[in-house]
Amino acid sequence: MFSDFDFGVILRSLPYLFKEGMTFTLTLTAVATVGGVILGTLIAMIRLSSLPVLPKIAAGYVNVMRALPLVLVIFLFYFLMPYIGQWALRADQPIQVGALSSTIITFTLFEAAYFSEIMRAGIQSIPRGQVAAGYAIGLTYRQVMSYVVLPQAFRNMLPVIFTQTIVLFQDTSLVYVLSITDFLGAASKIAQRDGRLAEMYLFAAAVYFLISFTASMLVKRLQRRLAVAR
Amino acid sequence: MRTARLLLAGCLAAAFSLPAAIPASAQELTGTLKKIKDTGAITIGYRESSVPFSYLDDNQKPVGFAMDICAKIVDAVKSNLKLDKLEVKYNPVTSATRIPLIANGTVDLECGSTTNNVERQKQVGFTNTHFLTASRFVSKKASNIKSIADLKGKTVVSTAGTTNIKQVTEANAAKSLNINVVPAKDHAEAFLMVETDRAVAFVMDDILLASLVAGSKDPSAYVISEDAFSLPEPYGIMLRRDDPPFKAVADGATAALYKSPEIQTIYTKWFQSPIPPKSLNLNVPLGAELKKAFATPTDSGDPAAY
Amino acid sequence: MAAGSRGVNYHWNWGILLEPSPDGQGTYLDMLLGGLRWTIVTALCAWVVALVFGSAIGVLRTLQSRTAQWVAGAYVELFRNIPLLVQLFLWFFVVPELLPREWGIWIKQLRYGAFYTAVVAIGLYMSSRVATQVSAGISALPKGQRMAGTAIGLTPAQTYRYILLPMAYRIVLPPLTSEFLNTIKNTSVALTIGLMELTGAARSMQEFSFQVFEAFTAATVIYLLLNAIVTFGMRALERRLAVPGFNAAR
Repeated sequence: MFSDFDFGVILRSLPYLFKEGMTFTLTLTAVATVGGVILGTLIAMIRLSSLPVLPKIAAGYVNVMRALPLVLVIFLFYFLMPYIGQWALRADQPIQVGALSSTIITFTLFEAAYFSEIMRAGIQSIPRGQVAAGYAIGLTYRQVMSYVVLPQAFRNMLPVIFTQTIVLFQDTSLVYVLSITDFLGAASKIAQRDGRLAEMYLFAAAVYFLISFTASMLVKRLQRRLAVAR
Repeated sequence: MRTARLLLAGCLAAAFSLPAAIPASAQELTGTLKKIKDTGAITIGYRESSVPFSYLDDNQKPVGFAMDICAKIVDAVKSNLKLDKLEVKYNPVTSATRIPLIANGTVDLECGSTTNNVERQKQVGFTNTHFLTASRFVSKKASNIKSIADLKGKTVVSTAGTTNIKQVTEANAAKSLNINVVPAKDHAEAFLMVETDRAVAFVMDDILLASLVAGSKDPSAYVISEDAFSLPEPYGIMLRRDDPPFKAVADGATAALYKSPEIQTIYTKWFQSPIPPKSLNLNVPLGAELKKAFATPTDSGDPAAY
Repeated sequence: MAAGSRGVNYHWNWGILLEPSPDGQGTYLDMLLGGLRWTIVTALCAWVVALVFGSAIGVLRTLQSRTAQWVAGAYVELFRNIPLLVQLFLWFFVVPELLPREWGIWIKQLRYGAFYTAVVAIGLYMSSRVATQVSAGISALPKGQRMAGTAIGLTPAQTYRYILLPMAYRIVLPPLTSEFLNTIKNTSVALTIGLMELTGAARSMQEFSFQVFEAFTAATVIYLLLNAIVTFGMRALERRLAVPGFNAAR
């Protein structure tokens, strides 16, 4: 059944698959992770704060995002983003947002909801005594957060954050629905052009697997090291 | 609300360094032309597999008949705005995303195989017609499907977001054919569904079907139906609605091109010569109706006007 | 962002939901609800697949046999480390081509091919997550329970069937709830192979009616309601089935 496999098609398309496709995938993964963690941490801090109203809004945001399928959000934001830009900038027509920027913003906003849950657990894992001690020696809220709570929370949650990043890496394949040339998009374009679906999709699966599997092994290692250090 | 807006504005401006927030230049430009002038860039929406109108060649760069026409529009915009340099950005679109992406400003010109009809003109604008094609279906000769009635009870694929899928959906309802209509992302994927026997037929504009068949592994295995779901309908380059200055430039550029002998050269290049990626020759001569549409350029969305 | 605010040129028309859709089956709202039906049916069927395979693999992971553990581990890693969309394409486009010709043709010409493919692909994808939860649940049980089973003369299979698994399910019900919610959300990926589930129906509605935001907003609201109902139902179930002393942390 593999007799008429043409592995040459994979070889010939490697530069395109990786230089265009994988670059897009990795850029999106990296930027959305950093953005998502930052925004997620902010959301988590708001949720745990004693501010009026804001914690409710933050919680609502997280719950709504977590209830929606990413595919729906990808479509919706791709169409919606320019209007939000127009409204925010008071421009007289929708603001142009390119495919990469749009997907980066979408994934950042979407993943922030998940990262915020991770950071919330991380912040809550820090004994309250430490916070109290911080205040007792005269630190402000900002100082307690940035010198005492967040570094530890972040460190404790690092394996979980990386695990979520692996999920995010896999989720980026969904930009396929917008015809964007991410790694899967590149593979499918070659597959359809040359009628070589089996080769290209199996190859794409193998690449995703190798990257995700290796990364998750590294995360497990990190987890063990952190566990020992604690 | 105001603070939120300002904050967002700041973030967005910082994120994209968009000059859009800066007050307009002294000129009285509006709409798309103003945006192009301000940003120094125009964005063209292209298709993955609308051969030979707009598709990816061997180097995965968008090329095609409609792309060549759009290049003329870009030139016209450039000289109209007296720009030394105009950056052309390319953004992929699908049949399903093209109309919202034109409307929301992501792309300025959609260069492909978009049917211009009265209904769509309520959402978007079109420049002068660049092709005429009817909606038919392709099937394998082996499945022995001769007419629309033969599709009864079968699985039929069409591309999501096209007039074709709407026509087959409506015919299905009107004639109670019990067809299982499956949407696909783009034409190549839809054709693949027929090639791999997932669907017995693919409903699409006959010119696109012809080029898909020509590019397939075994062109002799397929047949395009006599039965049509529609009269020949016009294709147009899509742009934003209610933007007369920009449309005037596009209309002027296309009308000038269509009336000049150059259109025959471009037409021959894409329809009567070997084209990338497989050096196929589609061998589709310029028909009388299209010849007439080129001689007297029109953006009418009414098939009866051709 | 409201209609009419300066410049934002999007024309809202909520009445579109009650206008007839081109499929002749009713209004656009009916079209969305039809999509919801596919979402629910697909999610439930996929969930059955996920529970069956996930439990089997989860049990394998807790057996003494090294081979069993390795097989289960490999299964989990395989299905967890390939994006769902890629797995869906493999099942839809590749697997039928690798089968004997007649089988492949038969599979491909099934009327609801996209649905069956989605059930298998999403079910197996989720089964790796269910397996992780089930084995975690079994491992969380005191060793004495397994011993007690052996002591009263149960075979290992009986011990799992009557003692370990029922307890494990009750313990991991909360994470399973969230995996079920994920299954519902994941059905939307099947729009790529032509399944007209809720997101696909919203996309179709947008294409036919050009009312992008009405279509996607309506779908959003339906997803939120579905999510709320399932969460509410499962919380009630969790309260009834909670094992004292185990769920306190959640």
